[in-house]
Amino acid sequence: MPTVSVKRDLLFEALGQKYTDEEFDELCFEFGLELDEITSEKEILSREQGDEKAEGASDVVLYKIDVPANRYDLLCLEGLVRGLQVFKEKLEAPRYKRVSPADGGEPQRLVITEETASVRPHAVAAVLRNITFTQERYESFIELQEKLHQNICRKRTLVAIGTHDLDTISGPFTYTAKPPGDIRFKPLNQSKEYTAAELISHYKTDSHLRHYLHIIENEPLYPIIYDNNGIVLSMPPVINGDHSKISLKTKNIFIECTATDQTKAKITLDMIVTMFSEYCDEPFTWVSSYTLCIELAYRTETLSGDFINKRVGINESAESIAQLLTRMCLRSEVSGEGDLIQVEIPPTRADVIHACDIMEDAAIAYGFNNIIRSTPRTYTVANQLPLNKLTELLRQDLTAAGFTEALTFALCSQEDIADKLRKNIVETRAVHISNPKTAEFQVVRTCLLPGLLKTLAANRKMPLPLKLFEISDVVLKDETKDVGARNNRRLCAVYYNKSPGFEVIHGLLDRVMQLLDVKPGRNQGYHIQAAEDSTFFPGRCAEIFSCGKSIGHLGVLHPDVISRSELTMPCSAIDMDIEPFL
Amino acid sequence: GAAGATGFGSMADTGLLESLLRLLEKVDGGTDSQDVAADLGVDHQVIVGAVKSLQALGEVISTEQKSSKHWELTGEGREIAEQGSHEARVFNAIPDEGLPQNGLMKMPSGKVGFSKAMSNKWIRLDKAHEGGPRVFKTVETIEDTVRDKLQLVQKGQSAKLEDKEKTELKKRKLLSEVTVKSYWITKGSSFSTTITKQETELTPEMIASGSWKEKKFKPYNFEAMGVAPDCGHLHPLMKVRTQFRQIFLEMGFTEMPTNNFIESSFWNFDSLFLQINPQQHPARDQHDTFFISDPALAHEFPQDYLERVKQVHSEGGYGSQGYKYDWKIEEAQKNLLRTHTTAVSARMLYKLAQQEKFTPVKYFSIDRVFRNETLDATHLAEFHQIEGVVADYGLTLGNLMGVLHQFFTKLGITKLRFKPAYNPYTEPSMEVFSYHEGLKKWVEVGNSGVFRPEMLLPMGLPEGVSVIAWGLSLERPTMIKYGINNIRELVGHKVNLQMVYDSPICRLDS
Repeated sequence: MPTVSVKRDLLFEALGQKYTDEEFDELCFEFGLELDEITSEKEILSREQGDEKAEGASDVVLYKIDVPANRYDLLCLEGLVRGLQVFKEKLEAPRYKRVSPADGGEPQRLVITEETASVRPHAVAAVLRNITFTQERYESFIELQEKLHQNICRKRTLVAIGTHDLDTISGPFTYTAKPPGDIRFKPLNQSKEYTAAELISHYKTDSHLRHYLHIIENEPLYPIIYDNNGIVLSMPPVINGDHSKISLKTKNIFIECTATDQTKAKITLDMIVTMFSEYCDEPFTWVSSYTLCIELAYRTETLSGDFINKRVGINESAESIAQLLTRMCLRSEVSGEGDLIQVEIPPTRADVIHACDIMEDAAIAYGFNNIIRSTPRTYTVANQLPLNKLTELLRQDLTAAGFTEALTFALCSQEDIADKLRKNIVETRAVHISNPKTAEFQVVRTCLLPGLLKTLAANRKMPLPLKLFEISDVVLKDETKDVGARNNRRLCAVYYNKSPGFEVIHGLLDRVMQLLDVKPGRNQGYHIQAAEDSTFFPGRCAEIFSCGKSIGHLGVLHPDVISRSELTMPCSAIDMDIEPFL
Repeated sequence: GAAGATGFGSMADTGLLESLLRLLEKVDGGTDSQDVAADLGVDHQVIVGAVKSLQALGEVISTEQKSSKHWELTGEGREIAEQGSHEARVFNAIPDEGLPQNGLMKMPSGKVGFSKAMSNKWIRLDKAHEGGPRVFKTVETIEDTVRDKLQLVQKGQSAKLEDKEKTELKKRKLLSEVTVKSYWITKGSSFSTTITKQETELTPEMIASGSWKEKKFKPYNFEAMGVAPDCGHLHPLMKVRTQFRQIFLEMGFTEMPTNNFIESSFWNFDSLFLQINPQQHPARDQHDTFFISDPALAHEFPQDYLERVKQVHSEGGYGSQGYKYDWKIEEAQKNLLRTHTTAVSARMLYKLAQQEKFTPVKYFSIDRVFRNETLDATHLAEFHQIEGVVADYGLTLGNLMGVLHQFFTKLGITKLRFKPAYNPYTEPSMEVFSYHEGLKKWVEVGNSGVFRPEMLLPMGLPEGVSVIAWGLSLERPTMIKYGINNIRELVGHKVNLQMVYDSPICRLDS
């Protein structure tokens, strides 16, 4: 969930009202935001770098507000204020429109060449004309781009934004792709020209930009935008040119978004334009100038009041629902035909893709906590999953038999299930994880024993004997399943003491079989027979058969298994499948 | 144990005990053990031992522990009380014709006594005396107040001294203040001046012969702990799981088969109308995923359903704009460790949609999910997710709140409120908050919502059917219930088994 940091006093000034922290928190809650933290630059610095570094930093109160991940229109002060003011009916939702240049000149054009297809095929652009920046507006403009980059743009992989002082460049502009050796320009805030290849190595150590190099680094062609005179505007998604950089004094801004996902590029551009056209000339006419591709598309959906009432569980007139929706920046009117409502989806609300999204906005405006809570009349009879029912019953009786339940991780290292148990990883039929951050998460366990041995090792100081069990799932590769693997519910128990206590573990098997109502015997019953298993001490291992089918092993663990598990005492164990007893 | 603690190491001899009891018989209102010691002429510690022995016999005596401070002479103080202060001894040693200083200094009390007697102006030193410095008395008689004071203390009359005087004597290491623990002893309810031998335990022979009737039994010490039973223990997290299962079963919910940790991207993401590539997913941080290298791909899907899913993602449909991106089967096939049990809910709802006639269902599951995220005190790579799902015609948001109210009431949580939230596969989505009486604030206790039509309609569920669902983690309520701050102290092999042994039963509503 993205967090937007705004200055409290600036926010209240824009809202035209002062709130206490509690009141503002309440407003956020109602609207679906979360006032996450009340802090200041000084406090943040002092926390992260110590009081000394924080000396002299600003102690202006900051509100950190958590915004839903799909509400890109709330990622800056301008958008937050607009959303809340409309919600509180203090402001009518502005209507955004694109206009041609006031001087009657041709709209700007951005030409996209075929070469971009292989690396970053999409681009959209717009011009904001006659904008007036202040220090605060300028900072918000930069901050919004950063927020969009981190969220909808997925760290610039999907979309990258470039903003330029239009008065320093001249169109038409060309978006193309070239070999890195053929690109040469002075990048933003640098004093000399670099080739693209040089830039990549130059930014390798840049704490900010180095995260974006991988997006194009190994491509044969790099994306690049030129103006009509061959001036480089930007090399997306890494860096803009220095020539066209914007400043507080910039009046006309050229905004380009290059992308691998065209839909998201359009949304991103719409957000920047709609948020900052507020500061263009003729306030609240919402003039945004136009260039190719920018849509600022409004869409109209028609739905019935009855639909909203039935889905939310309220009983409001169509007029009242239209009013609720209008408070959510979805300008709505009753159409006159029955209870049909026409809802206009503005370009700021890319999150509205279905009638259910409109229904949710009606519910938010109505107030979730004003909806009457009612029990559905759905009549059903409950059933337990037989496997879990059996597990629950066995767990109870294993504790009655004196064993204590362990709860261990399903993920572990290859070593845990192979080397430490004197097994070959290939024979384990283990499922392997492709992107583990550490060795602890290399594979899914194929038996429960490693977890129990680790639990013993962590509890060596406890009085002996230690008697542990776990009934849980392991995962094994299985071609017959749609995903090629299946869970297997197993019972594992260990007895750890000064003597191996095979008879204790054997006794536990007898007790489990008694509980499962399986009698000792060769055919329809259960029996154990000597077996070789590398995890166990030679001659001290038996295989368990039930109704003639092998279901597991028991025995005294091999001394190497003991020492590789950082244990010092003899240990006997049982590991068996319980699924045959369903 | 209570029975085991009746024995005592060194039983005071019966004679002493009976002397004590006889003494006690004569006094009304009780006596102090220190006085008993004085009366019987034995050390106080011996009497303390006797009192303990008598206590063990039951209600023969009753006692109250007292602690008092009193002043006691030090070794040197006792010597002075007997022989006089050093200065007095020096004074008394000097004849009228005086004494050579070096001879006086050789006396045992010489050095200290000389300087004290000098400062008291009892004596004088003639340094110029022929034959060496010589000491003479300056007064006829003296009063040895130090000795007098010490003798007062010795007689137990230290109260007659002023505090300043006592402090002064303490500074001279002649007095010390000691704390004495003594007993105030009174007659008990079964007071007697004779001691009878007591039996430790009832035996089969006593029962057979009836001899128990004549015997006295040593009382038990009910203050001691019993012997721990030899038993196993359920893990606290699993105890809480059992309670949650119970709650769902009480509410008529059927358990879903969640025993499939490995899931395809298709069921984990696409079927829920989550964008297939988690890179593109706006809430990706919630879905840091463990992918599988072996077996890397799932190979079997319901083909026509898959086509419908592809369509709703890439082009829209069912009243939706869709996400408008290039949906690829290669991504959907990728195997992973499921990031939520909702993948199983999707399978179950798809299965439900394949029934000839729709029937309403209530489903639940509690099982492991996996997240490849940064670990901290409250986050592990795997945790248990609790999930409830209801599918029926015409379910409302109000119904979801009603079900949540019933569910949380069973957890002992009655004060609920709901916050609008974003979840990619539910619309509306609500975070559930409960008022925490201890923290005096609202805390998030779960997530909930109505599944999106883009998820349900491609499955083939009828248009009017709504599916409401909610989820929470099993670990968090368990940590709160058992007062555990670090998740590693609850889950995994590093848990302290003592915690497992000691954890109480779990009743979530009390």
